Amino acid sequence: MRETQFDRIFYIVNYAVLSIVMLAILYPLYFIVIASISDPQLVSTGNVWIVPKGLTVEGYQNVFKNDVIWTGYANTIFYTIVGTAVNLVVTVLCAYALSRKHLPGKGILMGIFVLTMFFGGGLVPSYILIKSLGLIDTRAVLIIPAAMSVFNMIITRTFFQSAIPDELHEAAKMDGSSEWHTFIRIGLPLSAPIIAVMALFYGVGHWNQYFSALLFIYDQKLYPLQLVLRNILILNQQLNMDFSSVRSTDEINVLVRQANMAESMKYALVFIASFPVLAAYPFVQKHFVKGALIGSLKG
Amino acid sequence: MKRANKPDKRMRKVAEFYQLYLMIFPALAFIVIFHYVPMYGLQIAFKDFRNTLGFMNSPWVGLKHFERFFELPSFWNLISNTVFLNLYELAVGFPIPIILALLINEAKNKMFRKSVQMITYAPHFISVVVMSGMIILFLNEERGMINHLIEMISGFKISFMSDPGWFKTVYVFSGVWQNAGWGTIIYLAALAGIDPQLIEASKIDGANRLQKIWHIDLPGIAPTILILLILVMGNMFSSGFEKILLLQNQLNIRASDVISTYVYRLGVLDGQFSYTTAIGLFNAVLNFLLLVLVNAYAKKRTETSLW
Repeated sequence: MRETQFDRIFYIVNYAVLSIVMLAILYPLYFIVIASISDPQLVSTGNVWIVPKGLTVEGYQNVFKNDVIWTGYANTIFYTIVGTAVNLVVTVLCAYALSRKHLPGKGILMGIFVLTMFFGGGLVPSYILIKSLGLIDTRAVLIIPAAMSVFNMIITRTFFQSAIPDELHEAAKMDGSSEWHTFIRIGLPLSAPIIAVMALFYGVGHWNQYFSALLFIYDQKLYPLQLVLRNILILNQQLNMDFSSVRSTDEINVLVRQANMAESMKYALVFIASFPVLAAYPFVQKHFVKGALIGSLKG
Repeated sequence: MKRANKPDKRMRKVAEFYQLYLMIFPALAFIVIFHYVPMYGLQIAFKDFRNTLGFMNSPWVGLKHFERFFELPSFWNLISNTVFLNLYELAVGFPIPIILALLINEAKNKMFRKSVQMITYAPHFISVVVMSGMIILFLNEERGMINHLIEMISGFKISFMSDPGWFKTVYVFSGVWQNAGWGTIIYLAALAGIDPQLIEASKIDGANRLQKIWHIDLPGIAPTILILLILVMGNMFSSGFEKILLLQNQLNIRASDVISTYVYRLGVLDGQFSYTTAIGLFNAVLNFLLLVLVNAYAKKRTETSLW
């Protein structure tokens, strides 16, 4: 079969369009990086486009002088690790048990879980509940009320259903293995791929979470990174910065430079906050895609 | 073996599986406390909630809170912002991943294809705070990169963040930048599942690539498109809350105030619990009805549905 003239043009146009799409997605990310290491004055006046100009790491130095950033980073690492661990235990246990074909009452239990995906109490009743449980300003508030996502549990359950044939359970039972033993010896070893996918989904969720913290955490010492970021990037809260490099005595000039430095620190912050996720991303991308696909089969 | 009578047998079965029930217990306790108790708390929409009395004992007041909401001068503004923001997003954000997936599917060079996927999926993992921060940085009227670009081309600048007229466009197109790539995953999987013989046959019949896309690829992924459309419709009145809240400011609030941000402001910040629970309930019921309706319609017309 020979390609027609039309098809050849189609392919060329297609490659061109997709290249433009890639560029449009990459450029803003690239711009963040070059803007964060360029002279703040040149960035603010629109002189930095392709390569960094007036190379400096002052933005980063200033950001790192602020304890809130370090505390936020440490808190987020804590919430992500502990939160994901809790998520995995709760999700995998529940999903495994509900994947068993002959479990009496399975339909009702699934119904109880699935209903919450379509209907819920909403923001305010949940807020009142958490408040009355005394969870405000505790680390637990970012972990326990987010202990499981029903959607992820269903994905995991689907995985178990297809990965472990029913005959295997029957055989284990014949050998006198208890349900718990079968889970430890057969279920868990087989579930490594789904645990990887779930750890990634939950982990990114915790890393990026800000709204629960906005609702329930008022103590600065407990702020996750995203909440610190919100105060700086969105509410324009000023960070401490060092101006030894500014020698001008001109009052207005100092103010302008200060504003530009604040902007430069924001670019640095965006980079610092997104770097861990985006750096790990190319290596784990295929797991994410796999997870998204298992999810869609069920949906 | 003697046959046990039925209830007895069932009891034995439950005992046999008790370890499995124990495994479900933490998840069930979690879902009951953090999902069903708030659902139970919805009753305060019809009560005057007082902290000391709780969900249960606060006095009933009927539909007072709903009436107050319907009579609110900004009621129609809230509704129209919510509806138009979501319709705008549906009109732009829904078709683009489909088109993108069809184009990626036509890129036969493996390396190129992999790169497109890798790069377009990436923004999906940027947090909503960082995303909103980037939007505000880039669109800044004096210092923003995009305004520098616009000024070079046209000579003037645009106040994206303070002009209410721009809010919805900023919201929708930043969403496209962030999520269009990720949205292609499901379509690409569906496209990979199309019978290669169909594609061969179309070639023999002399169809060009565009005709092949139109007559084979699109019908092939139509059920997938429909299912996703139903899901999006069922989320019509509640999506995007976190980003809207972050991008909202005093100057654009006329265009950016939606039901959910209003609930947050008056409920959480202002403590008007019963009133905002009523609004939340109104919103949730609307959402649920829409989902059921769209699903029923799809079922009748095309035999594709969620349940």
